[in-house]
Amino acid sequence: MRFSIALILVLCIAAHLLLPLAPLREAQAIDPSLAELLLIELRLPRTLLVIGYGAALGASGAALQAIFANPLASPDISGASSGAALGAVIGGYWLGLTQPLALAACGAAGALGTLALLVALAGRKADTATLLLAGLAISLAAGAATSLALALAPSPFAFYDAFDWLMGSFVDRSLAQAAAALIPAGIATALLLRRARALDLVGLGEDVAASLGLRPRQLSLEVIILSAIAVGACVAVAGAIGFVGLVAPLFGRRLSRGHPGSAMLPAALVGAILLSLADLAVRAVPLDRPIPVGVVTALFGTPLFIWMVITMRRRLTA
Amino acid sequence: MTSLQAIDVALDRRLQPTNLEVPAGQMIALVGPNGGGKTSLLRALARVEQAGGKVTIDGENLDPASQARRRRLLSFLPASRDVTWPIAARNVIALGLDRADGDRIAEMIALFELEALADRPVDRLSTGERARVLTARALAARPRVLLLDEPLSNLDPYWVLRFLEVFRAAAVSGQALLLALHDLTQLPEFDRALLIAGGEVQMDETPAGLMASERFGEIFRIRESAGGRWEIRTPEDRQSSR
Repeated sequence: MRFSIALILVLCIAAHLLLPLAPLREAQAIDPSLAELLLIELRLPRTLLVIGYGAALGASGAALQAIFANPLASPDISGASSGAALGAVIGGYWLGLTQPLALAACGAAGALGTLALLVALAGRKADTATLLLAGLAISLAAGAATSLALALAPSPFAFYDAFDWLMGSFVDRSLAQAAAALIPAGIATALLLRRARALDLVGLGEDVAASLGLRPRQLSLEVIILSAIAVGACVAVAGAIGFVGLVAPLFGRRLSRGHPGSAMLPAALVGAILLSLADLAVRAVPLDRPIPVGVVTALFGTPLFIWMVITMRRRLTA
Repeated sequence: MTSLQAIDVALDRRLQPTNLEVPAGQMIALVGPNGGGKTSLLRALARVEQAGGKVTIDGENLDPASQARRRRLLSFLPASRDVTWPIAARNVIALGLDRADGDRIAEMIALFELEALADRPVDRLSTGERARVLTARALAARPRVLLLDEPLSNLDPYWVLRFLEVFRAAAVSGQALLLALHDLTQLPEFDRALLIAGGEVQMDETPAGLMASERFGEIFRIRESAGGRWEIRTPEDRQSSR
């Protein structure tokens, strides 16, 4: 099972890198070095960003679900993605930052702010309803604040300009931008994955974990900070993309036989697959204007989310 | 021989600094009114994050002990039987061990008659079934001290008796057990009973001595009637006992 997931991921990476094939072939016909340029300078950053962002969303989604002990906690539902977008907008349009890494830091700070607010509002042991309501309130507030920040921004083009990436876009990202998102996100995700066993044990209850010498509060703080860095850096470069961080852990736990911590690695792989498929779909649409990737993930993610809510309700009332 | 020694263990506002010595092979009942501090004492002994004081087991300080070491020294079963995640019963038991030891897991499955449930996700089991799985998890690593919060709740009569048998066998093999419980009819099964109220250990006696004492009834606000049943104490009883 794990092998087939890895295989599917490799196929997705290859497809994302090579499709559509026609431009590569034409470039090859004109000049082989042109094809190489196209592949390395244009396609590769996009592929790396898509795979890395998807993996970061999957792993941090699974980690957040583990510490909140709730299968609905995720970067988007918790408001972390919206917070990251707000941070990046403030950094980009108000502080005038242009360095990709500085913007990534703003994104991480925004995500951390919203997650801290969520913990303060709902608490870590909140029931599903409280968590969802608090997350929704924070998301809405952050979204409104983002719109306000754009409307009042010194640049009159801010709104138009930002629409391109706010809903998620991988178009024309440079290698430097990809690196600014992926280096922090990669480190944070790797550190999260190291906590798989600890998060499995937290699944037995915080007191049981503490009796084994873990520090559940410290662990939660660590997960929140690392998730904020992973998601925030990616959002700053490629925009807020919903549902992948919610849905990928669901598949991840199928592969980890229900273990919330060990689900992080498979969730990362599934997240990378889902996002690469979504971006392939965006590129396959024959329009002269790009559709935001976030629209595609929402289109497929919403029915899945509704199905989750229904099955959860059925289990609660059963 | 002393197994567990607790010095000034405390939990903010819930448990006053408490000293406790538990010899190996002893089965101790913790009783007391709701909110009296039974769970707090167990949690403090299990070293939850805010717990104060110091706990040693066979002279070894728990706080700096590694995870593998702690599994050999103590295990804690919380009163909550909720598990959020769809982990198979067999794998929940495996989480009680450092590495998946198939023989030991099979032994625990047989001991708690979980053969038919072993591959079902625990979040879909009944509360009583889940209690068996979680208790198996707590016992799996054969720790020297077992801290069990209301292990007999949610069980049918057969399983109450079976659990008491399993616990006694653990005590005979040299493990020390502290159990919080509410059903006073089970008290005679224990070697020693602690009465906890107001965040303090009020009495530390044999179960028979505890139940016979006037203070026991006073703290619980009950008394033994002529028929050997418990009934609620009336204000006049309190007057006359003064």
